[in-house]
Amino acid sequence: MSHHEKWPRAWRSPEPKPEYDVIIVGGGGHGLATAYYLAKEHGITNVAVLEKDHVGAGNTGRNTEVVRSNYLWDESAALYEFSLKLWQNLSQELNFNLMYSKRGVIALGHSLQEMRDISRRVNANRLNGIDSELITTAEVAELVPILNTSPTARYPVLGASYQRRGGTARHDAVTWGFARAVDSLDVDIVQNCEVTGIRRENGKVTGVDTSKGYIKAAKVAVAVAGNSGVLADMAGFRLPIESHPLQAWVSEPIKPVLNSVVMSNAVHMYINQTDRGEILSGAGIDAYNGYGQRGSFSVLEHAISSIVEMFPIFSRLRLMRQWGGTVDTCPDACPIIGKTPVDGLYFNCGWGTGGYKATPGSGWVYAYTIANDQPHALNAPFSLGRFTTGHLIDEHGAAGVAH
Amino acid sequence: MLLIPCPWCGPRDESEFAYGGEAHVIRPPKPEKISDDEWADYLFMSKNPQGSHREQWCHTAGCRRWFNAQRDTVTYKFDAVYKVGESPPGGGEQ
Repeated sequence: MSHHEKWPRAWRSPEPKPEYDVIIVGGGGHGLATAYYLAKEHGITNVAVLEKDHVGAGNTGRNTEVVRSNYLWDESAALYEFSLKLWQNLSQELNFNLMYSKRGVIALGHSLQEMRDISRRVNANRLNGIDSELITTAEVAELVPILNTSPTARYPVLGASYQRRGGTARHDAVTWGFARAVDSLDVDIVQNCEVTGIRRENGKVTGVDTSKGYIKAAKVAVAVAGNSGVLADMAGFRLPIESHPLQAWVSEPIKPVLNSVVMSNAVHMYINQTDRGEILSGAGIDAYNGYGQRGSFSVLEHAISSIVEMFPIFSRLRLMRQWGGTVDTCPDACPIIGKTPVDGLYFNCGWGTGGYKATPGSGWVYAYTIANDQPHALNAPFSLGRFTTGHLIDEHGAAGVAH
Repeated sequence: MLLIPCPWCGPRDESEFAYGGEAHVIRPPKPEKISDDEWADYLFMSKNPQGSHREQWCHTAGCRRWFNAQRDTVTYKFDAVYKVGESPPGGGEQ
């Protein structure tokens, strides 16, 4: 009965100790999930999560919350489906309402070739036990009555893929839920602590230089979407990664009109309505490399003009906010999760535009990799070595645009 | 929208241009002699710096010619543009 004045802090804010067993660089969703599963699954709790800003200040707090698993290839389908299964019970497990909402994800097809690609992907999904469906224009119109499905539309809808278990989960809640859980397992979350160097001796990592001094560690695990190349440069190797701006925006809140996630690869847009009533949508990446956490107006204008064509009802909607993040894209639109040329140094990066949906699964396989010094079967195909062997996993089609 | 100084046409809107990625990536002179690691390095690995970046652009909706630029990847400011085959400011690669 203290009028909400005596709530304790959800996680401590400790100063770093001089040494840890494992240092995780990056306090976003993936870094915090990694710390959580390291403690829970592997009993490793002498761990620090170092975050240069506050937790969730990077891409975890900037993405558009879409969760799904309908990826084309077996390797990625297995990884994202594993993650989607972890989402099912995560609110209960973390005792934090993540607002995971299975509102369904619809990926529209606008041409015959797109419909062929979509049906191939749906079939591949079903063979992998993923609940993907091919739906007709009439079914799309029933699910999304405000969508312009007229045959004379600028972007005619010939059908769509539909994943019912797909949907959204509140990104801030994911950060806070994991942060609180990690803290309660005695892991130190050190905020405002930027890593400025990675020290090595004889090809083995020994610790990191930070804005709060040198911290020793036998294992260093990097999960810094948007800065992976910068960290790799500190450790003396290069990655097959280009960092690009990615933009999103929300409108003023309106009454419920859209209860699915709708995406279109052809026009590069995706859209859903948040629980607060805002229409949330985003575009593809800006073409040029950029770390500025903002993009060009032309990209936003292109996506919004398509959205207004497809959803005429939104033509007079006013935008409240627009923002950008920095995404690390790989040539095959798949992540890199595993060991590096430096012993004891691990990288989890290159998720491109769609890493949010994999947050729990990514943390789980990364924790396994760090604890055992070898990848789990789920992330073994996503090694840095695939760029040497040529075993790329080309997910450009299914990675699509829903982030 | 970026304002990009095409070395032939002068400053034009970004929407007239196509981005061509990192500049000065040289194809291995003896491709049959190099290892898989060297191939991977040539094909996939990138500098991706935070700061000054030498990159290729094409003025696709203008003169349709390729050129190189030195641009800051944090501020997005174009520090210099130079024609293909010319030395970048500060010298080095061609």
